[in-house]
Amino acid sequence: MEELLNKVNEKLKEQFHGDIQSAEMLYDFPVFTIQKDRIHDVLKFLKEDEELNFHFLTDLCGMQTADEKQLGVIYHLHNMPKNFRIRIKTFFDINHPEIPTATDLWPAANWMERETYDFFGVKFKGHPNLKRILNMDEMDIFPLRKEFPLEDQTRIDKNDSMFGR
Amino acid sequence: MSKQESINKEVFEEKEYSTLNLGPTHPATHGIFQNVLKMDGEIIKEATPTIGYIHRAFEKLAEHRPYAQITPITDRLNYCSSPINNMGWYMTVEKLLGAKIPKRAEYHRVIIMELSRIADHIICNSVIGVDTGAMTGFLYIFQWREKIYEIFEEICGARLTTNIGRIGGFDNDWNKKTWDLIDTFLKEFPKGLQEFSNLLERNKIFMDRTVNCGPITAEMALSYSFVGPNLRAAGIDYDVRVMNPYSSYEDFTFTVPVGTSGDTYDRFMVRQHEMWQSLSIIEQAIKKMPEGPMHADLPDFFLPPKEQVYNNMEALIYHFKIVMGETDIPKGEVYHCVEGGNGELGFYLISDGGRTPFRLHFRRPCFIYYQAYPEMVKGIMLSDAILTMSSMNVIAGELDA
Repeated sequence: MEELLNKVNEKLKEQFHGDIQSAEMLYDFPVFTIQKDRIHDVLKFLKEDEELNFHFLTDLCGMQTADEKQLGVIYHLHNMPKNFRIRIKTFFDINHPEIPTATDLWPAANWMERETYDFFGVKFKGHPNLKRILNMDEMDIFPLRKEFPLEDQTRIDKNDSMFGR
Repeated sequence: MSKQESINKEVFEEKEYSTLNLGPTHPATHGIFQNVLKMDGEIIKEATPTIGYIHRAFEKLAEHRPYAQITPITDRLNYCSSPINNMGWYMTVEKLLGAKIPKRAEYHRVIIMELSRIADHIICNSVIGVDTGAMTGFLYIFQWREKIYEIFEEICGARLTTNIGRIGGFDNDWNKKTWDLIDTFLKEFPKGLQEFSNLLERNKIFMDRTVNCGPITAEMALSYSFVGPNLRAAGIDYDVRVMNPYSSYEDFTFTVPVGTSGDTYDRFMVRQHEMWQSLSIIEQAIKKMPEGPMHADLPDFFLPPKEQVYNNMEALIYHFKIVMGETDIPKGEVYHCVEGGNGELGFYLISDGGRTPFRLHFRRPCFIYYQAYPEMVKGIMLSDAILTMSSMNVIAGELDA
């Protein structure tokens, strides 16, 4: 797995030096953080490079950073014949959540991006049909953002302070 | 233009399409799916799926729950094979903790997972039979699903939403009745499955109905991120159990059945053969069953035995902390996938060190491959579209999370 990390890192450095913000091993996954403007180019390169050939988009999901100021999109890519798996991350300001779509590379990204938009409000530029998918259309919040608590926090009939909640 | 000519023109040239709402609740969709179909007579021109009818905000819920309490959430993803989801979740947390699970517990897990894979495939395949008009197969094979649920009930007390086992292994050894039930199942089920195969596999009517119905090419299946039996039916031999073995799957020999054309018949046959393979895996696991403990040595996460809780202060403290969900999980970020009934079921977990996950994402195979459905049903008959959907085994719980 370390080899894979080094190999991908070398290739990416050659093509996009400066846009790779970090490269590390997290458990059994090589993880790369890419600058958001180049994310589409990086994904395209990883998909089309003959040796790496990450032809399969396993997963695409969103997240919010702990300081609540940034949103992120996480791609899990897979090369089935060689069994290479990597994770690509990109982070951007929560007030300007715009990144290019990956639907032109993988049609499977369509619903996954809609889901990410639905829950985090990430706008994928160039997406053919970017609207809510699991929540109702009238919803005006992005529910998985940390600013929206699960339960009405003003409830006074329930005191759970003993358990640190 | 005479009147007749104008009618002809209307009918044959300026076609007016009709709109048909298939679902959300329709007996043929086996779940809550809505498809707005644009129809030309009985031919589908366009399908627009609407999903989210049973969305239950699992990812948000999971951010507020201790790790052990997330297991019941995973039950409700693919509710036809809940134990696989449970085990997948446990393995994700164990990967984060760096726990080493004893072989004996892993073999027990394999038995559970293969039993639930059989249950999952029984549902899918018998329902394909029903949708083609063959009720008989369904009526006979469904009793074996019941037998599997009886085994689950004996192990954990629940049948469908099992919540089986724990983080780290199992709470105790399975009792004798469980093993008896498993033995009877292994002895009797091949007969039932063979009977089902005889009814459908080479049945002329069934084959005419399913061969070349809703096919998908390997390229398209890959670009739509198909996994599991649906991808294998299209000819790609991708199985997580072989590619990234988990829970000691590398100890067992089994073949991965692969189809060629990715149509309904191939999907049916792949599932059919997988059931035989699952049976052989269970037999191997029982034969090779190693001795040893049933759970990993994880006092922080694993409930101590009851007699110790009553007599021992330390055990009582652990018990209380675990039940109240007050144990901190180390920081980290893991992705773990298992071969669920429908293919690669992934758990992407980010922990910031607290009692609950910081972010948990389920990679639900149904959600990802169901988006190819409009493309697959374009230009085929309505009744074939129903069959295509049931052979893809789209489970509403997994689709909507």
